[in-house]
Amino acid sequence: MITFDDVVKVYPGGSTAVDHLSLELPTGKTTVFVGPSGCGKTTSLRMINRMINPTSGRILIDGQDVAGQDDALLRRKIGYVIQHAGLFPHRTVLDNVATVPMLLGKSRKEARTAALGLLERVGLSAEFASRYPAQLSGGQQQRVGVARALAADPPVMLMDEPFSAVDPVVREGLHREFLRLQKDLGKTIAMVTHDIDEAIKLGDVVVILRQGGKLAQIGTPQELLDHPADEFVAEFVGRDRGLRSLSFDTAAGLPVRPLTADLLLDEAGRPVSWGDGEPTGGTFTVEDSLRLVTDLAITSPVGIAVRVDANGKADGLVPHHDLVDHLAERRAAK
Amino acid sequence: MNLSYLFDAAHWSLTADGSIPQLILSHVWYVVLALIIGTIIALPVGLYIGHTGRGSFLAINAGNAGRSLPTLGLLMLMVTLLGLGLTPVLIALTVLVIPPILTSAYAGMRTLDHRVVDAARGMGMRPWQVLFKVELPMALPVMMSGFRSAALQVVATATVAAAVGLNGLGRLLIDGLAVNDYSRVLAGAIVVAVLAVVLDLILALAQRWIVSPGLR
Repeated sequence: MITFDDVVKVYPGGSTAVDHLSLELPTGKTTVFVGPSGCGKTTSLRMINRMINPTSGRILIDGQDVAGQDDALLRRKIGYVIQHAGLFPHRTVLDNVATVPMLLGKSRKEARTAALGLLERVGLSAEFASRYPAQLSGGQQQRVGVARALAADPPVMLMDEPFSAVDPVVREGLHREFLRLQKDLGKTIAMVTHDIDEAIKLGDVVVILRQGGKLAQIGTPQELLDHPADEFVAEFVGRDRGLRSLSFDTAAGLPVRPLTADLLLDEAGRPVSWGDGEPTGGTFTVEDSLRLVTDLAITSPVGIAVRVDANGKADGLVPHHDLVDHLAERRAAK
Repeated sequence: MNLSYLFDAAHWSLTADGSIPQLILSHVWYVVLALIIGTIIALPVGLYIGHTGRGSFLAINAGNAGRSLPTLGLLMLMVTLLGLGLTPVLIALTVLVIPPILTSAYAGMRTLDHRVVDAARGMGMRPWQVLFKVELPMALPVMMSGFRSAALQVVATATVAAAVGLNGLGRLLIDGLAVNDYSRVLAGAIVVAVLAVVLDLILALAQRWIVSPGLR
């Protein structure tokens, strides 16, 4: 757990970057700092590994004040990923990844062997090992950046806008891999982004800061979407927050109607089309989100979303008026 | 004017005093000494200024001042002050090589990608590890180009040593002019030019060897 205890950062010249910030980043979870520029999110992140020292207040990692610790030793225990990756251009991909283990005293051979395993872990084949950063695409560089930060298996990771320098398609892929990796590794991650959608997608906890380094709200993505603390947060999370909040509920509680003869099935029971030849336009399972079901019901030519089981066999129908009733009940329950 | 002096085998004897090989040797000796002393003085200063950003005024103006200083004039001044010998020559030549080495060391450090340096610090490198493992290797291509330009300048200019009674390839030029032996002057000019090209080639090879392929 990372604890901010009444942390203040005033830069020389008098501008306040972080204003009496107190919060906790839970162990094994991803906490995303988000806010407009000048809200002190990067400053907050960089105070965790003492790249910046607070003016007052304390930051503790698992109860230990970072202020009392040797800078370099502290940082070797904390993974560090930055925008554009910041890879060493004069070192091969493999040696970039091997950097921290070697700083910690591992032999070159040992560090390189471990590095090779990590490259695979972030989805890069061994052929990349001997390349130099300039020979990689932006997305590949960022993967190496993540592998490098993971190399010494640090319990804590700091990620400063790690995915903002790549194009949207590549970013989408990196997001998926990030979530997959974090599911396996369960690191305590502090991430900074200016993109609220990224924060909602990747964060277990989202910290919204406002200009002048004040905490606006902290909570799970769904809490922020459903119950923004004030106008600023509501504005910041965006106009379609109601719809996006549906991403966090599954279709498990959604009542379905029995199949009708209008839905044509193949011999395995999988939906083919509606009786008049209209396509079903996609299906959902109980594990999919309410957002997907809503989308299916809206786009379906007959206004009905089709549910299937794990084998793809149709097992229920949701007409969109049922969905509207369910959403109204869900709203009343909150 | 002809090439008879250059192609006369007697002038290529390894043992005869004043033969071309011996003059090359003394010439190279002045060049190497000036480069070593100049590097020892200019490199740390340039790195410090580039690393800290303090005194960049000095680094930028050293380049301009150095270029406008006439080496022959400085040499005569040093001889007047210190008398004849190797020291005044080395001082004049060292003053010549300092500006390009200092300026390029400064420029190499200044133009580093600060994000890479930030990453190095953030990963837990100590300041000296950041300098030797990250900053210096990255600044090396720019620094090497400054060193090569210093080497070329000093190879050509080391001929002034002969003006104050020392050896070096300047002997061929000055003695040749004194006795109107233009064949000898031409031989001196050609050997200096070839020496400059060969030295630059050696440094280019050295650069290939010490600069990471990732920076090419």
